[in-house]
Amino acid sequence: MVKLKQKDLILYSGLIILGLAAPYLFSAFKVQLTYLCVLIVLAMTWNLQGGEMGYNTFGNILFYGLGMYLTASVQVGMFFPLAEWTESGGEKTFVHTTAQYFQGIGVGLLVSAIVPAIVAGAIGYAILGLRGHYFAICTLGLGIAAGEIAGGIEIIGAGQGFTTPPFPAEIVDTEARGKFFYFLSFALLVGTFIFVKYIYSSRFRLILNAIRDNEDKAEAMGIQTMKYKIVGWMCSAFFCGLAGGIMGGLIGYIDSTDVAFDGREMGVFMVLMAILGGKGTLWGPVIGATLFHFFKEGLWTLILGWQYVALGVLIVVIVVYFPEGLMGWLREKYPERFGEVIDEKDRKAQVELK
Amino acid sequence: MDFLIFKAPMLMVQASLDGILLGILFALIAYGMALQWGVMNIINIAQGDLVILGGYIAYTMYLAGIHPAWGVIVSPIIMFFVGWALYKLVINKVVDRDLFISILATFGIAIVFQQLMNFIFGADVVVAQSEYGTTMLFDNSVTLPNSKIFSAFISVLYAIALVVYMKKSRLGRAIRATAQNARAAKILGVDTEKVYAATFGINAALCGIAGALISITLTLHPYVGLPYTVRSFMIVIVAGLGNLPAVAVSGMGLGLFEEFADYILGTEFRIGAVFMLLVFILVYRRFKLSKKREYLK
Repeated sequence: MVKLKQKDLILYSGLIILGLAAPYLFSAFKVQLTYLCVLIVLAMTWNLQGGEMGYNTFGNILFYGLGMYLTASVQVGMFFPLAEWTESGGEKTFVHTTAQYFQGIGVGLLVSAIVPAIVAGAIGYAILGLRGHYFAICTLGLGIAAGEIAGGIEIIGAGQGFTTPPFPAEIVDTEARGKFFYFLSFALLVGTFIFVKYIYSSRFRLILNAIRDNEDKAEAMGIQTMKYKIVGWMCSAFFCGLAGGIMGGLIGYIDSTDVAFDGREMGVFMVLMAILGGKGTLWGPVIGATLFHFFKEGLWTLILGWQYVALGVLIVVIVVYFPEGLMGWLREKYPERFGEVIDEKDRKAQVELK
Repeated sequence: MDFLIFKAPMLMVQASLDGILLGILFALIAYGMALQWGVMNIINIAQGDLVILGGYIAYTMYLAGIHPAWGVIVSPIIMFFVGWALYKLVINKVVDRDLFISILATFGIAIVFQQLMNFIFGADVVVAQSEYGTTMLFDNSVTLPNSKIFSAFISVLYAIALVVYMKKSRLGRAIRATAQNARAAKILGVDTEKVYAATFGINAALCGIAGALISITLTLHPYVGLPYTVRSFMIVIVAGLGNLPAVAVSGMGLGLFEEFADYILGTEFRIGAVFMLLVFILVYRRFKLSKKREYLK
């Protein structure tokens, strides 16, 4: 297991206490905080591919959307006929009891974690054989195709969408729904962070980095790259599916292309957040997602109607001018803090070479 | 199999003709993509949005009372300058970088374009009426809008003009030289910066032509750009860079695939089928190459 230094211990326990207290401190922003947790999870899992492995995927949205549909379908399908539910306002005729609701969402989340991971494993061998921009475009196509196809399937609501079960009415506390989803997403965030932190201290990360830096050489060194690539993708899919399941319950309504397989928003957000924070670092995606979320929520209302223009411009500016992200910039500026020792002589020699 | 298309053979003829005429149009867009990919080594996700913008230019002319077919002349001229400006603003900063940077940057441009078009032209599906009528074939069982025939004809015309231009003109030769070896071209006195800007402009102009033709044959909507990008990307990876006959053939093949998918799977899966085809083509090529222990480059 990872050994924590005392400084880190204070930091982590502080963050966890802050996280646990947040819904009580900022009671009005519970939904936003839930979004933030999910965004961080998505950015961190994207970073496993894009940052560590060098496979810039647009396809993690596939697992997110899949998880969303699966959780809702299982939650409904366990107790009521799914087709009747989605056909015409089934949520009005069939009502989940409190126990059924929580049972349903529990099993649903379990399914939405495992199935996307299996899907990632199944398509991984075919898709991860592609490299560079071909992989990027292929996964982009995959995510959009999934949205289009889900929009044509009748049993999950087709184009008119899928209403997820409403929170049980027997619970009178109006705050309960927000708290429930917040703590669910916070637990997911903590779980993801611990997992990613564990990966960062393991040999697995070194292998992923070797694949990023030079896949052919990594293979020549006897690493079965394909195996590690697939396992890496399965890990991401696992957490993306869970994030999608929680989001589906929170939003309460699933649309195929605008909510679930939302490549235009979530799919780009996760890439952008990881790059903004600095890909290939543990804290980069966390900071990037937090900054992005604050920026988005703060500015979205000020520039109503123009938010997507701002988003597009933001993508261009970040990608063109800050491809290394915040952590990369800090690293450039304070290399000592990242444990990098700089040989002054060597640096001078390099400057002279230029 | 109880698909309608297999019961009525005339529908097959209909779908084939539609597909081929449509495919020629796709090939024109793909040619632009191959050009910029080959010369500048960037993949332009905003390609489809440039097409739609070109279409809206023709649609604006239609609203102003000018026949939209004139769009095939006006739209490329305007789009050339749009492309040039786009190059000067953003693209020149991503030319020499990693391909993923160019993909993401053009993705950002695509989002901006979509939104601006949404503001200016509204979110309705629009079409510019060319009023060319239809041609009836085989005892009126196959209907062919004349606008589609017109669009295929114009596409071929422009493609031939471009090929001749690339072969004969000074700029065309400079572009080809830069595509072969940018550094050598630079040493020999080619202003590569200008060549890049011109290439991007020409690509945008091609998109403008295609957009103007789409405005009279199909429909326009601010958010349907991405399928055109993916179609052209697909055609280029099947045909290879700079192989114009192959681009034309695979464009027509894609058109045929789409029309048949439309009849067999249903219209709601049409775009999904296009994107799935992209995935299948890439995966197929990946397996084919991995037998030789190679990968797509």
